[in-house]
Amino acid sequence: MSITINAGRLERRRLLPPLVAYVLRRVCIGFILVVAVSILVFLCTQALPGDTASAIIGRSGSEEAKARLREQLGLNEPLLSQYWTWFSGLLRGDLGTAVGSRQPVSEFLGKRMPNSLILGGLTLIVTVPTSIALGIWSGIRKDRLADHLIGGATLGFIALPEFVTGTFLISLFAIRFDVLPPISLFPPGESPLAHPDVLVLPVMTLLLAGMAYNVRMVRAGVIDTLDTEYVQMARLNGIPEQRVIRKHVLRNSMAPTVQVIALTAQWLLGGVVVVETVFQYPGLGDGLVKAVAARDIPLVQGTAMVFAVLYIGVNIVADLVIVLLIPKLRTAA
Amino acid sequence: MTSVDLARSPDDVAPAPRRFRLRWPSMARTPLVKLSLVGLLVLILIALFGRYAAPYSPTALESVPYSPPSRHFLLGTDFLGRDVLSRVLYGGRSVLVVAGTATTLAYVFGLTIGLLSGFNRSWLDATLMRTMDVLLAFPPILFILVLAAGAGAGATMLIVGIAVVHVPSIARVVRAAALDVSVHGYVEAAVARGDATRHILFREMLPNISSPVAADLGPRVTISILLVAGVNFLGLGLAPPSPDWAIAVAENRSGLGIQVWAVLGPAAMIAALTFVTNVVADATARSLGRNETREATPL
Repeated sequence: MSITINAGRLERRRLLPPLVAYVLRRVCIGFILVVAVSILVFLCTQALPGDTASAIIGRSGSEEAKARLREQLGLNEPLLSQYWTWFSGLLRGDLGTAVGSRQPVSEFLGKRMPNSLILGGLTLIVTVPTSIALGIWSGIRKDRLADHLIGGATLGFIALPEFVTGTFLISLFAIRFDVLPPISLFPPGESPLAHPDVLVLPVMTLLLAGMAYNVRMVRAGVIDTLDTEYVQMARLNGIPEQRVIRKHVLRNSMAPTVQVIALTAQWLLGGVVVVETVFQYPGLGDGLVKAVAARDIPLVQGTAMVFAVLYIGVNIVADLVIVLLIPKLRTAA
Repeated sequence: MTSVDLARSPDDVAPAPRRFRLRWPSMARTPLVKLSLVGLLVLILIALFGRYAAPYSPTALESVPYSPPSRHFLLGTDFLGRDVLSRVLYGGRSVLVVAGTATTLAYVFGLTIGLLSGFNRSWLDATLMRTMDVLLAFPPILFILVLAAGAGAGATMLIVGIAVVHVPSIARVVRAAALDVSVHGYVEAAVARGDATRHILFREMLPNISSPVAADLGPRVTISILLVAGVNFLGLGLAPPSPDWAIAVAENRSGLGIQVWAVLGPAAMIAALTFVTNVVADATARSLGRNETREATPL
């Protein structure tokens, strides 16, 4: 009887299906996070002590030019109204004008974003299956030679900075054997997919640097599953080991896969910054580094917000996919 | 732990809090870990004192740019004609000092915030943790770049940036451990005695959460080193004339086809440093009882 009462109560309180409510809540939190991050970005770039205008132009610039730049960037306004001007523009999709090129920031982002997405997407496609396969292999061969080899290699690569890995790869494949271009140059306006050779080394660098952590995570998942009672039960039932691994272990350790994809995607958002610079690949990361070096504040703010929105977005999407895949979590949500 | 006896009822036999204890014999079990410990020591010595063995000044132009290794210049010269070996011997200190200072700073704030949050579960906890969430919604290197855009490149910016990047994760780990500990008799006893919050946090609680916190330290140091090297490579950290391994890799890259040692020398040093740090960090974490690698800290 208590069950029916409970069900009735739930039914009455529920305005939306739980899944929809969950999605809405996550999206709202995501939006609040974006606003908070925008405040952080603004504070870091525009509110720190020091004259932004002379930082951009350099000490040698004339007072007149500095005053003009201050006017252009709205630096004479009070801080709060500066933020509001910037943030309301952000909401309308107006990211301001780059100081250096005097072109809209959105145009710059529009040109470079596809390149970065292609690089990141390709890396995901290569990294996820590779790390899952190696992780599973290493897990079911725990403490044997294969496990030790994979473990040692991942421990090594997890530790190498991306630019060291990238430089080693360049000196091997571009200098020593001269089979691949050392830098990713292709005519502006064209897709990097039309020049697949420029993508090989950047993707390889990201793969080597990003795979290690995932391999270890998948391995730990497999080892945990091998320890569970249902795997022991299956073994005790006399089911051949091959079948136990295929039907019980692999299937159940697949759940962290989504997590692996999400973590890789989030890691990539930081990883592309350095790797794009190493290969002079014309993407968002390379652009951001150049903008920071030139202290082009509007450009930095816009690019940083794109990165932040992608980062937060990946997180939300991953959580939703996990909830959709694992029915048990749906009721809990 | 004299305070424990004060409020302990007979049935309050919480397991004795495990103090921070590294088990060296079990930690240095494998040859890889032994080698890495030795390697780490050697690298630290080279980074700190290698400069006294350097044959030339790290900034003097000694020869033709990109001259190959010879009797005078064991690793050849770099893009300006400076001795590569001397610059390698000088170039480690900046990495260690910046990474070390940043990590220490991060722990000062991370420990304080985490302990306060875990002990004082009120609006303060919520405020602090939501602030930490905002910082975690941003890739670490990106935060440092944004900071560099606003504050300008330099060692101070790098130290502050890396410290800020670490604080949220440290605070989370500390808070979780502090939550576990705060229900124990000795904390309640201290509260009942009317001890100052500062005393309760740092004298009663901190010693008892040192194990999980120490297990997290190694990976944090590795991440700091990776970030210092990364930002220096991008040219947004220390200023170029200073001898630094990462900067050396960046500035000599265009000569990779002519004088590979100008890049390979410093790159190998960074690679060796991050590799041995990671192996030692991993072994330390295992020895402190962290289960497998699942809690390993992603960059």
